[in-house]
Amino acid sequence: MDWTTWLEWAIKALVLVFTLLIGFGYLTYYERRFLARLQSRLGPNRAGPYGLMQWMADAVKLIFKEELTPAKAYKLVFFLAPIITMVPSIVIAAVIPWGPPVQLFGRTVTQSVADINVGVLFLMSIASIAVYGIVLAGWSSNNKYAMMGGLRSSAQMISYELTLGLSFVAVILLGNSMSLVEIVEAQRGPFGWFVFVQPVGALVLWIATIAEVNRHPFDMPEAEQEIVAGYHTEYSGMKFALFFMAEYQKMIVVSAILATLFLGGYLGPGVDQFPWLGPLYMFIKIFVLLGIMIWVRASWPRIRYNRLMAFGWKVLLPLALAVVFITAVGILLAQEINPWLMWLTPILSLIAGWIATLMVDRTIRRKNYA
Amino acid sequence: MLKELGRGLITTFKMIIEGPVTTQYPEEKRQVRPRFRGRHILTRYENGLEKCIGCSLCAAACPADAIFVESSENTDEERFSPGERYASTYEINMLRCIYCGFCEDACPTEAIVLGDNYELSFTDRHDAIYTKDMLLEGVPSPEMTTPQKVEPGLYTRSVPEMENPTD
Repeated sequence: MDWTTWLEWAIKALVLVFTLLIGFGYLTYYERRFLARLQSRLGPNRAGPYGLMQWMADAVKLIFKEELTPAKAYKLVFFLAPIITMVPSIVIAAVIPWGPPVQLFGRTVTQSVADINVGVLFLMSIASIAVYGIVLAGWSSNNKYAMMGGLRSSAQMISYELTLGLSFVAVILLGNSMSLVEIVEAQRGPFGWFVFVQPVGALVLWIATIAEVNRHPFDMPEAEQEIVAGYHTEYSGMKFALFFMAEYQKMIVVSAILATLFLGGYLGPGVDQFPWLGPLYMFIKIFVLLGIMIWVRASWPRIRYNRLMAFGWKVLLPLALAVVFITAVGILLAQEINPWLMWLTPILSLIAGWIATLMVDRTIRRKNYA
Repeated sequence: MLKELGRGLITTFKMIIEGPVTTQYPEEKRQVRPRFRGRHILTRYENGLEKCIGCSLCAAACPADAIFVESSENTDEERFSPGERYASTYEINMLRCIYCGFCEDACPTEAIVLGDNYELSFTDRHDAIYTKDMLLEGVPSPEMTTPQKVEPGLYTRSVPEMENPTD
Protein backbone atom coordinates (compact mmCIF):
# COMPACT_ATOMS: atom_id res chain seq x y z
CA MET A 1 0.00 0.00 0.00
CA ASP A 2 1.70 3.18 -1.18
CA TRP A 3 1.32 6.69 0.14
CA THR A 4 -1.00 7.84 -2.67
CA THR A 5 -3.66 5.41 -1.45
CA TRP A 6 -3.39 6.88 2.02
CA LEU A 7 -3.64 10.37 0.58
CA GLU A 8 -6.69 9.37 -1.45
CA TRP A 9 -8.39 8.02 1.66
CA ALA A 10 -7.56 11.10 3.69
CA ILE A 11 -8.91 13.44 1.01
CA LYS A 12 -12.07 11.39 0.52
CA ALA A 13 -12.66 11.24 4.27
CA LEU A 14 -12.20 15.01 4.59
CA VAL A 15 -14.54 15.69 1.69
CA LEU A 16 -17.14 13.37 3.19
CA VAL A 17 -16.92 14.93 6.65
CA PHE A 18 -17.18 18.47 5.34
CA THR A 19 -20.01 17.53 3.00
CA LEU A 20 -21.88 16.04 5.94
CA LEU A 21 -21.22 19.03 8.16
CA ILE A 22 -22.42 21.51 5.54
CA GLY A 23 -25.23 19.12 4.68
CA PHE A 24 -26.25 19.27 8.33
CA GLY A 25 -26.34 23.05 8.16
CA TYR A 26 -28.48 23.12 5.08
CA LEU A 27 -30.67 20.29 6.32
CA THR A 28 -31.73 22.43 9.28
CA TYR A 29 -32.45 25.22 6.81
CA TYR A 30 -34.34 22.84 4.52
CA GLU A 31 -36.33 21.44 7.41
CA ARG A 32 -37.25 24.84 8.78
CA ARG A 33 -38.25 26.24 5.40
CA PHE A 34 -40.20 23.19 4.25
CA LEU A 35 -41.84 22.71 7.65
CA ALA A 36 -42.83 26.36 7.57
CA ARG A 37 -44.44 25.91 4.16
CA LEU A 38 -46.36 22.91 5.43
CA GLN A 39 -47.66 25.10 8.24
CA SER A 40 -48.54 28.14 6.05
CA ARG A 41 -45.48 30.04 7.19
CA LEU A 42 -42.37 31.33 5.42
CA GLY A 43 -39.60 30.15 7.70
CA PRO A 44 -36.23 31.81 8.19
CA ASN A 45 -35.55 34.25 5.34
CA ARG A 46 -33.57 37.03 6.97
CA ALA A 47 -29.97 35.87 7.30
CA GLY A 48 -28.47 36.13 3.83
CA PRO A 49 -30.38 35.71 0.56
CA TYR A 50 -33.50 33.60 1.25
CA GLY A 51 -32.13 32.95 4.72
CA LEU A 52 -29.42 30.69 3.34
CA MET A 53 -26.94 31.82 5.99
CA GLN A 54 -29.30 30.98 8.84
CA TRP A 55 -27.35 27.88 9.84
CA MET A 56 -24.20 29.98 10.18
CA ALA A 57 -25.97 32.40 12.47
CA ASP A 58 -27.26 29.47 14.52
CA ALA A 59 -23.81 27.93 14.70
CA VAL A 60 -22.21 31.17 15.86
CA LYS A 61 -24.91 31.59 18.47
CA LEU A 62 -24.48 28.04 19.77
CA ILE A 63 -20.70 28.25 19.90
CA PHE A 64 -20.73 31.45 21.94
CA LYS A 65 -23.42 30.34 24.34
CA GLU A 66 -22.49 29.61 27.90
CA GLU A 67 -21.94 25.95 28.62
CA LEU A 68 -23.34 24.70 31.85
CA THR A 69 -22.35 21.49 33.57
CA PRO A 70 -24.67 20.49 36.38
CA ALA A 71 -22.89 20.32 39.74
CA LYS A 72 -23.88 16.72 40.36
CA ALA A 73 -23.29 15.46 36.84
CA TYR A 74 -20.74 12.74 36.18
CA LYS A 75 -18.30 15.12 34.48
CA LEU A 76 -16.25 12.79 32.31
CA VAL A 77 -19.22 10.91 30.86
CA PHE A 78 -21.16 14.15 30.56
CA PHE A 79 -18.34 15.48 28.42
CA LEU A 80 -17.90 12.32 26.37
CA ALA A 81 -21.56 11.60 25.60
CA PRO A 82 -22.03 14.18 22.81
CA ILE A 83 -18.84 12.99 21.14
CA ILE A 84 -19.91 9.35 21.33
CA THR A 85 -23.18 10.33 19.68
CA MET A 86 -21.58 12.52 17.06
CA VAL A 87 -18.74 10.33 15.80
CA PRO A 88 -20.76 7.26 14.68
CA SER A 89 -23.14 9.47 12.74
CA ILE A 90 -20.20 10.50 10.54
CA VAL A 91 -18.36 7.19 10.54
CA ILE A 92 -21.43 5.34 9.32
CA ALA A 93 -21.35 7.30 6.07
CA ALA A 94 -17.94 5.88 5.18
CA VAL A 95 -19.25 2.75 3.49
CA ILE A 96 -21.98 4.38 1.42
CA PRO A 97 -21.06 4.48 -2.28
CA TRP A 98 -21.79 7.92 -3.71
CA GLY A 99 -21.14 7.03 -7.32
CA PRO A 100 -19.42 4.64 -9.73
CA PRO A 101 -15.59 4.73 -9.88
CA VAL A 102 -14.13 7.73 -11.71
CA GLN A 103 -10.83 8.36 -13.48
CA LEU A 104 -8.95 11.07 -11.62
CA PHE A 105 -5.25 11.98 -12.14
CA GLY A 106 -4.67 8.75 -13.99
CA ARG A 107 -6.01 6.47 -11.33
CA THR A 108 -9.38 4.84 -10.65
CA VAL A 109 -11.01 6.40 -7.62
CA THR A 110 -14.03 4.79 -6.03
CA GLN A 111 -16.62 7.23 -4.78
CA SER A 112 -16.83 5.83 -1.29
CA VAL A 113 -14.37 6.13 1.54
CA ALA A 114 -14.29 2.39 2.09
CA ASP A 115 -15.98 -0.37 0.15
CA ILE A 116 -15.81 -3.15 2.73
CA ASN A 117 -17.31 -6.52 1.94
CA VAL A 118 -19.48 -6.54 5.08
CA GLY A 119 -20.82 -3.02 4.58
CA VAL A 120 -24.30 -3.81 5.80
CA LEU A 121 -22.96 -5.32 9.03
CA PHE A 122 -20.84 -2.20 9.49
CA LEU A 123 -23.94 -0.06 9.14
CA MET A 124 -25.79 -2.12 11.74
CA SER A 125 -22.98 -2.10 14.28
CA ILE A 126 -22.12 1.59 14.01
CA ALA A 127 -25.79 2.59 14.04
CA SER A 128 -26.24 0.89 17.38
CA ILE A 129 -23.17 2.54 18.92
CA ALA A 130 -24.80 5.95 18.63
CA VAL A 131 -27.36 4.99 21.24
CA TYR A 132 -24.62 4.68 23.87
CA GLY A 133 -24.03 8.41 23.69
CA ILE A 134 -27.70 9.12 24.23
CA VAL A 135 -28.04 6.74 27.18
CA LEU A 136 -24.82 7.97 28.77
CA ALA A 137 -25.91 11.57 28.31
CA GLY A 138 -29.18 10.79 30.04
CA TRP A 139 -27.49 8.98 32.87
CA SER A 140 -24.58 11.35 33.50
CA SER A 141 -26.81 14.45 33.58
CA ASN A 142 -28.16 13.32 36.97
CA ASN A 143 -31.59 14.55 35.99
CA LYS A 144 -34.83 12.58 36.00
CA TYR A 145 -36.04 13.78 32.64
CA ALA A 146 -32.70 13.20 30.97
CA MET A 147 -32.54 9.72 32.47
CA MET A 148 -36.01 8.87 31.24
CA GLY A 149 -35.13 10.17 27.79
CA GLY A 150 -32.04 8.00 27.70
CA LEU A 151 -33.96 4.94 28.87
CA ARG A 152 -36.70 5.46 26.35
CA SER A 153 -34.11 5.84 23.66
CA SER A 154 -32.34 2.60 24.56
CA ALA A 155 -35.58 0.62 24.74
CA GLN A 156 -36.73 2.07 21.44
CA MET A 157 -33.43 1.38 19.71
CA ILE A 158 -33.32 -2.22 20.88
CA SER A 159 -36.87 -2.80 19.67
CA TYR A 160 -36.47 -1.22 16.28
CA GLU A 161 -32.93 -2.45 15.67
CA LEU A 162 -34.32 -5.95 15.15
CA THR A 163 -36.68 -4.74 12.48
CA LEU A 164 -33.88 -2.75 10.90
CA GLY A 165 -31.62 -5.80 10.84
CA LEU A 166 -34.31 -8.02 9.36
CA SER A 167 -35.06 -5.57 6.57
CA PHE A 168 -31.32 -5.46 5.87
CA VAL A 169 -31.45 -9.25 5.58
CA ALA A 170 -34.03 -9.00 2.82
CA VAL A 171 -31.73 -6.65 0.91
CA ILE A 172 -28.75 -8.94 1.44
CA LEU A 173 -30.77 -11.83 0.04
CA LEU A 174 -31.82 -9.83 -3.00
CA GLY A 175 -28.37 -8.41 -3.63
CA ASN A 176 -26.63 -11.67 -2.79
CA SER A 177 -23.88 -9.66 -1.10
CA MET A 178 -23.14 -7.57 1.95
CA SER A 179 -21.05 -5.02 0.08
CA LEU A 180 -23.04 -1.88 -0.57
CA VAL A 181 -21.45 -1.38 -3.99
CA GLU A 182 -22.55 -4.84 -5.11
CA ILE A 183 -26.02 -4.25 -3.67
CA VAL A 184 -26.30 -1.08 -5.74
CA GLU A 185 -24.98 -2.82 -8.86
CA ALA A 186 -27.57 -5.59 -8.36
CA GLN A 187 -30.32 -3.00 -8.77
CA ARG A 188 -29.54 -2.24 -12.41
CA GLY A 189 -32.15 -2.64 -15.13
CA PRO A 190 -35.77 -1.60 -15.51
CA PHE A 191 -37.65 -2.09 -12.24
CA GLY A 192 -34.38 -3.29 -10.78
CA TRP A 193 -34.61 -1.10 -7.71
CA PHE A 194 -35.32 -3.27 -4.71
CA VAL A 195 -38.22 -1.03 -3.76
CA PHE A 196 -40.13 -2.51 -6.71
CA VAL A 197 -39.19 -6.03 -5.74
CA GLN A 198 -39.82 -5.59 -2.04
CA PRO A 199 -41.98 -2.48 -1.43
CA VAL A 200 -43.09 -3.46 2.05
CA GLY A 201 -39.48 -4.20 3.00
CA ALA A 202 -38.54 -0.65 2.01
CA LEU A 203 -41.41 0.76 4.05
CA VAL A 204 -40.49 -1.33 7.08
CA LEU A 205 -36.87 -0.21 6.81
CA TRP A 206 -38.00 3.39 6.49
CA ILE A 207 -40.18 3.21 9.61
CA ALA A 208 -37.39 1.48 11.54
CA THR A 209 -34.83 4.11 10.52
CA ILE A 210 -37.15 6.92 11.58
CA ALA A 211 -37.40 5.24 14.96
CA GLU A 212 -33.60 4.79 14.98
CA VAL A 213 -32.91 8.49 14.49
CA ASN A 214 -35.64 9.56 16.95
CA ARG A 215 -37.60 11.53 14.43
CA HIS A 216 -41.30 12.24 14.52
CA PRO A 217 -43.57 10.43 15.08
CA PHE A 218 -41.18 8.27 17.09
CA ASP A 219 -39.31 11.03 18.92
CA MET A 220 -40.08 9.68 22.37
CA PRO A 221 -36.56 10.28 23.80
CA GLU A 222 -37.08 14.02 23.39
CA ALA A 223 -40.82 14.38 23.74
CA GLU A 224 -41.09 18.00 24.88
CA GLN A 225 -44.52 17.70 26.45
CA GLU A 226 -43.53 14.77 28.63
CA ILE A 227 -39.85 14.93 29.51
CA VAL A 228 -38.71 18.49 28.72
CA ALA A 229 -36.01 17.83 26.12
CA GLY A 230 -35.18 14.25 27.06
CA TYR A 231 -31.57 13.19 27.14
CA HIS A 232 -30.16 16.62 26.25
CA THR A 233 -32.11 18.56 28.88
CA GLU A 234 -28.95 19.54 30.76
CA TYR A 235 -26.86 20.28 27.69
CA SER A 236 -26.23 23.73 26.31
CA GLY A 237 -23.86 25.51 23.98
CA MET A 238 -21.56 23.47 21.80
CA LYS A 239 -22.35 20.17 23.53
CA PHE A 240 -25.99 20.59 22.65
CA ALA A 241 -24.95 21.56 19.15
CA LEU A 242 -23.13 18.24 18.86
CA PHE A 243 -26.29 16.32 19.77
CA PHE A 244 -28.25 18.37 17.30
CA MET A 245 -25.63 17.79 14.64
CA ALA A 246 -25.59 14.05 15.32
CA GLU A 247 -29.35 13.87 14.99
CA TYR A 248 -29.45 15.65 11.67
CA GLN A 249 -26.43 13.84 10.26
CA LYS A 250 -28.06 10.57 11.20
CA MET A 251 -31.09 11.73 9.25
CA ILE A 252 -28.93 12.34 6.18
CA VAL A 253 -27.12 9.06 6.61
CA VAL A 254 -30.19 6.88 7.08
CA SER A 255 -31.74 8.51 4.04
CA ALA A 256 -28.55 7.68 2.14
CA ILE A 257 -28.74 4.08 3.41
CA LEU A 258 -32.36 3.76 2.37
CA ALA A 259 -31.53 5.24 -1.04
CA THR A 260 -28.62 2.83 -1.42
CA LEU A 261 -30.44 -0.29 -0.31
CA PHE A 262 -33.83 0.19 -1.91
CA LEU A 263 -33.79 3.11 -4.33
CA GLY A 264 -30.86 2.08 -6.49
CA GLY A 265 -28.25 4.23 -4.79
CA TYR A 266 -26.33 6.28 -7.35
CA LEU A 267 -28.01 4.57 -10.30
CA GLY A 268 -29.89 6.71 -12.76
CA PRO A 269 -30.03 7.49 -16.47
CA GLY A 270 -26.60 8.18 -17.97
CA VAL A 271 -24.61 7.40 -14.85
CA ASP A 272 -22.32 4.98 -16.71
CA GLN A 273 -21.17 7.56 -19.24
CA PHE A 274 -20.85 10.35 -16.68
CA PRO A 275 -19.82 8.87 -13.32
CA TRP A 276 -20.08 12.29 -11.67
CA LEU A 277 -23.85 12.07 -12.04
CA GLY A 278 -23.77 9.44 -9.28
CA PRO A 279 -23.49 11.86 -6.37
CA LEU A 280 -26.15 14.03 -7.98
CA TYR A 281 -28.62 11.14 -8.14
CA MET A 282 -27.76 10.26 -4.56
CA PHE A 283 -28.40 13.87 -3.57
CA ILE A 284 -31.78 13.92 -5.29
CA LYS A 285 -32.86 10.69 -3.63
CA ILE A 286 -31.67 11.79 -0.20
CA PHE A 287 -33.35 15.15 -0.70
CA VAL A 288 -36.67 13.54 -1.49
CA LEU A 289 -36.43 11.09 1.42
CA LEU A 290 -35.58 13.90 3.83
CA GLY A 291 -38.50 15.88 2.45
CA ILE A 292 -40.84 12.99 3.22
CA MET A 293 -39.41 12.81 6.76
CA ILE A 294 -40.12 16.51 7.27
CA TRP A 295 -43.56 16.16 5.76
CA VAL A 296 -44.32 13.32 8.17
CA ARG A 297 -43.08 15.44 11.05
CA ALA A 298 -45.50 18.19 10.11
CA SER A 299 -48.43 15.83 9.69
CA TRP A 300 -48.51 13.09 12.26
CA PRO A 301 -48.80 13.25 16.04
CA ARG A 302 -46.31 11.58 18.31
CA ILE A 303 -47.15 7.97 19.10
CA ARG A 304 -47.58 7.08 22.76
CA TYR A 305 -44.78 5.11 24.37
CA ASN A 306 -46.53 1.81 25.03
CA ARG A 307 -48.02 1.90 21.55
CA LEU A 308 -44.57 2.58 20.13
CA MET A 309 -43.33 -0.58 21.81
CA ALA A 310 -46.42 -2.56 20.79
CA PHE A 311 -46.06 -1.37 17.21
CA GLY A 312 -42.38 -2.29 17.13
CA TRP A 313 -42.72 -5.75 18.61
CA LYS A 314 -46.18 -6.84 17.50
CA VAL A 315 -46.47 -5.32 14.05
CA LEU A 316 -43.14 -4.33 12.55
CA LEU A 317 -41.06 -7.30 13.74
CA PRO A 318 -43.48 -9.98 12.44
CA LEU A 319 -43.87 -8.00 9.24
CA ALA A 320 -40.10 -7.81 8.82
CA LEU A 321 -39.86 -11.55 9.39
CA ALA A 322 -42.57 -12.07 6.78
CA VAL A 323 -40.64 -9.83 4.38
CA VAL A 324 -37.49 -11.92 4.82
CA PHE A 325 -39.45 -15.14 4.36
CA ILE A 326 -41.26 -13.90 1.26
CA THR A 327 -38.03 -12.63 -0.26
CA ALA A 328 -36.32 -15.97 0.33
CA VAL A 329 -39.25 -17.87 -1.16
CA GLY A 330 -39.34 -15.56 -4.17
CA ILE A 331 -35.62 -15.99 -4.82
CA LEU A 332 -35.87 -19.77 -4.42
CA LEU A 333 -38.81 -20.00 -6.83
CA ALA A 334 -37.01 -17.80 -9.34
CA GLN A 335 -33.90 -19.96 -9.17
CA GLU A 336 -35.62 -23.34 -9.23
CA ILE A 337 -38.56 -22.86 -11.59
CA ASN A 338 -38.77 -19.62 -13.59
CA PRO A 339 -37.11 -16.19 -13.15
CA TRP A 340 -40.50 -14.54 -13.70
CA LEU A 341 -41.71 -16.00 -10.41
CA MET A 342 -39.50 -13.36 -8.76
CA TRP A 343 -42.41 -10.98 -9.25
CA LEU A 344 -44.44 -13.01 -6.78
CA THR A 345 -42.31 -11.30 -4.10
CA PRO A 346 -43.82 -7.79 -4.36
CA ILE A 347 -47.33 -9.19 -4.60
CA LEU A 348 -46.89 -11.41 -1.57
CA SER A 349 -45.16 -8.70 0.42
CA LEU A 350 -47.92 -6.22 -0.36
CA ILE A 351 -50.42 -8.80 0.87
CA ALA A 352 -48.38 -9.19 4.06
CA GLY A 353 -48.33 -5.43 4.53
CA TRP A 354 -52.05 -5.27 3.94
CA ILE A 355 -52.66 -7.95 6.58
CA ALA A 356 -50.50 -6.02 9.06
CA THR A 357 -52.50 -2.86 8.36
CA LEU A 358 -55.75 -4.77 8.90
CA MET A 359 -54.44 -6.07 12.21
CA VAL A 360 -53.52 -2.58 13.37
CA ASP A 361 -56.94 -1.33 12.28
CA ARG A 362 -58.65 -4.08 14.23
CA THR A 363 -56.65 -3.22 17.34
CA ILE A 364 -57.43 0.49 17.07
CA ARG A 365 -61.15 -0.16 16.63
CA ARG A 366 -61.28 -2.37 19.74
CA LYS A 367 -63.45 -0.71 22.35
CA ASN A 368 -61.18 -1.07 25.35
CA TYR A 369 -58.10 0.02 23.40
CA ALA A 370 -56.41 2.76 25.36
CA MET B 1 -55.09 3.31 9.50
CA LEU B 2 -53.61 4.13 6.10
CA LYS B 3 -56.58 6.32 5.24
CA GLU B 4 -56.17 8.43 8.38
CA LEU B 5 -52.43 8.75 7.95
CA GLY B 6 -52.95 9.79 4.33
CA ARG B 7 -55.49 12.39 5.37
CA GLY B 8 -52.94 13.87 7.74
CA LEU B 9 -50.37 14.11 4.97
CA ILE B 10 -52.84 15.67 2.53
CA THR B 11 -53.91 18.28 5.09
CA THR B 12 -50.39 19.58 5.46
CA PHE B 13 -49.72 19.33 1.73
CA LYS B 14 -52.72 21.55 1.02
CA MET B 15 -50.96 24.25 3.01
CA ILE B 16 -48.12 24.31 0.49
CA ILE B 17 -50.58 24.90 -2.33
CA GLU B 18 -52.45 27.58 -0.40
CA GLY B 19 -49.19 29.37 0.30
CA PRO B 20 -47.94 31.12 3.41
CA VAL B 21 -50.05 33.69 5.21
CA THR B 22 -47.06 35.47 6.72
CA THR B 23 -46.84 39.26 6.52
CA GLN B 24 -43.22 40.37 6.16
CA TYR B 25 -43.63 42.89 8.96
CA PRO B 26 -41.03 45.62 8.73
CA GLU B 27 -41.31 45.75 4.94
CA GLU B 28 -45.08 45.46 4.64
CA LYS B 29 -47.30 46.80 7.37
CA ARG B 30 -50.92 46.01 7.85
CA GLN B 31 -53.41 48.86 7.84
CA VAL B 32 -54.77 49.42 11.34
CA ARG B 33 -58.48 49.71 12.09
CA PRO B 34 -60.09 53.21 12.03
CA ARG B 35 -60.55 53.28 15.80
CA PHE B 36 -57.12 51.84 16.59
CA ARG B 37 -55.51 53.56 19.58
CA GLY B 38 -51.81 54.06 19.01
CA ARG B 39 -49.35 56.80 19.83
CA HIS B 40 -50.84 60.20 20.73
CA ILE B 41 -50.77 63.14 18.37
CA LEU B 42 -51.22 66.79 19.38
CA THR B 43 -53.15 68.31 16.52
CA ARG B 44 -53.27 71.85 15.07
CA TYR B 45 -55.88 74.03 13.43
CA GLU B 46 -55.67 74.75 9.71
CA ASN B 47 -53.93 78.06 10.39
CA GLY B 48 -51.18 76.33 12.34
CA LEU B 49 -52.22 77.19 15.88
CA GLU B 50 -52.11 74.36 18.39
CA LYS B 51 -55.43 73.01 19.54
CA CYS B 52 -54.10 72.26 23.01
CA ILE B 53 -54.96 75.01 25.51
CA GLY B 54 -53.09 73.52 28.44
CA CYS B 55 -56.16 72.80 30.56
CA SER B 56 -54.75 69.54 32.01
CA LEU B 57 -58.08 67.75 31.74
CA CYS B 58 -56.30 64.91 29.95
CA ALA B 59 -53.87 64.59 32.84
CA ALA B 60 -56.80 64.51 35.25
CA ALA B 61 -58.63 61.87 33.20
CA CYS B 62 -55.57 59.67 32.78
CA PRO B 63 -56.02 56.52 34.90
CA ALA B 64 -52.34 55.66 34.61
CA ASP B 65 -51.13 59.14 35.51
CA ALA B 66 -48.99 59.16 32.40
CA ILE B 67 -49.59 62.74 31.24
CA PHE B 68 -47.92 65.84 32.59
CA VAL B 69 -49.05 69.28 31.39
CA GLU B 70 -47.70 72.68 32.32
CA SER B 71 -49.41 75.74 30.86
CA SER B 72 -48.33 79.31 30.21
CA GLU B 73 -50.02 82.51 29.05
CA ASN B 74 -50.50 83.34 25.38
CA THR B 75 -49.83 86.87 24.18
CA ASP B 76 -50.72 88.34 20.80
CA GLU B 77 -47.00 88.67 20.00
CA GLU B 78 -46.33 85.01 20.76
CA ARG B 79 -49.51 83.09 20.22
CA PHE B 80 -49.38 79.27 20.39
CA SER B 81 -53.08 78.51 20.67
CA PRO B 82 -56.40 80.37 20.71
CA GLY B 83 -57.51 81.74 24.07
CA GLU B 84 -55.51 82.62 27.14
CA ARG B 85 -53.25 79.69 27.75
CA TYR B 86 -51.21 77.05 25.96
CA ALA B 87 -49.28 73.98 27.03
CA SER B 88 -45.65 75.00 27.47
CA THR B 89 -44.76 71.45 28.59
CA TYR B 90 -46.63 68.40 27.45
CA GLU B 91 -45.16 64.99 28.33
CA ILE B 92 -46.57 61.49 28.06
CA ASN B 93 -44.77 58.58 29.64
CA MET B 94 -45.32 55.81 27.10
CA LEU B 95 -44.35 53.14 29.60
CA ARG B 96 -47.23 54.17 31.85
CA CYS B 97 -49.80 54.85 29.14
CA ILE B 98 -52.38 52.09 28.74
CA TYR B 99 -53.86 53.51 25.52
CA CYS B 100 -57.35 53.71 27.00
CA GLY B 101 -58.19 56.88 25.09
CA PHE B 102 -59.65 58.71 28.10
CA CYS B 103 -57.43 61.72 27.35
CA GLU B 104 -58.97 61.86 23.89
CA ASP B 105 -62.45 61.85 25.44
CA ALA B 106 -61.59 64.42 28.09
CA CYS B 107 -60.02 66.93 25.73
CA PRO B 108 -62.36 69.92 25.21
CA THR B 109 -60.67 71.00 21.98
CA GLU B 110 -59.95 67.61 20.38
CA ALA B 111 -56.28 68.48 20.64
CA ILE B 112 -54.99 65.08 21.72
CA VAL B 113 -55.81 62.17 19.42
CA LEU B 114 -54.63 58.58 19.56
CA GLY B 115 -53.00 57.91 16.19
CA ASP B 116 -52.08 54.78 14.29
CA ASN B 117 -48.41 54.49 15.21
CA TYR B 118 -47.81 51.36 17.27
CA GLU B 119 -44.02 51.11 16.80
CA LEU B 120 -42.99 52.40 20.20
CA SER B 121 -39.76 50.97 21.42
CA PHE B 122 -37.02 52.45 23.54
CA THR B 123 -33.75 51.33 24.97
CA ASP B 124 -33.94 53.71 27.92
CA ARG B 125 -36.62 54.68 30.42
CA HIS B 126 -36.04 58.34 29.72
CA ASP B 127 -36.66 57.79 26.02
CA ALA B 128 -40.11 56.55 26.91
CA ILE B 129 -41.20 60.06 27.94
CA TYR B 130 -42.49 61.68 24.77
CA THR B 131 -42.24 65.46 24.85
CA LYS B 132 -44.37 68.04 23.14
CA ASP B 133 -42.02 68.31 20.14
CA MET B 134 -42.36 64.59 19.47
CA LEU B 135 -46.13 64.54 19.90
CA LEU B 136 -47.01 67.73 18.04
CA GLU B 137 -48.27 67.44 14.50
CA GLY B 138 -46.20 69.11 11.77
CA VAL B 139 -47.30 72.42 10.31
CA PRO B 140 -48.79 72.60 6.77
CA SER B 141 -46.39 75.36 5.69
CA PRO B 142 -43.31 76.92 7.38
CA GLU B 143 -44.83 80.35 8.04
CA MET B 144 -47.61 78.75 10.12
CA THR B 145 -45.27 77.53 12.84
CA THR B 146 -46.01 78.57 16.44
CA PRO B 147 -45.59 80.99 18.14
CA GLN B 148 -47.36 83.30 15.67
CA LYS B 149 -47.69 87.04 15.80
CA VAL B 150 -51.40 87.83 15.38
CA GLU B 151 -53.66 90.88 15.48
CA PRO B 152 -55.15 91.56 18.92
CA GLY B 153 -58.69 90.45 19.67
CA LEU B 154 -58.84 87.74 16.99
CA TYR B 155 -58.41 84.58 19.06
CA THR B 156 -60.32 85.13 22.27
CA ARG B 157 -62.29 81.91 22.33
CA SER B 158 -60.21 78.95 23.51
CA VAL B 159 -62.73 76.16 22.87
CA PRO B 160 -63.97 76.01 19.27
CA GLU B 161 -67.44 75.23 18.01
CA MET B 162 -67.54 71.48 17.42
CA GLU B 163 -69.76 68.90 15.75
CA ASN B 164 -70.50 65.38 16.85
CA PRO B 165 -67.88 62.89 15.64
CA THR B 166 -68.88 60.88 12.60
CA ASP B 167 -66.43 57.99 12.70
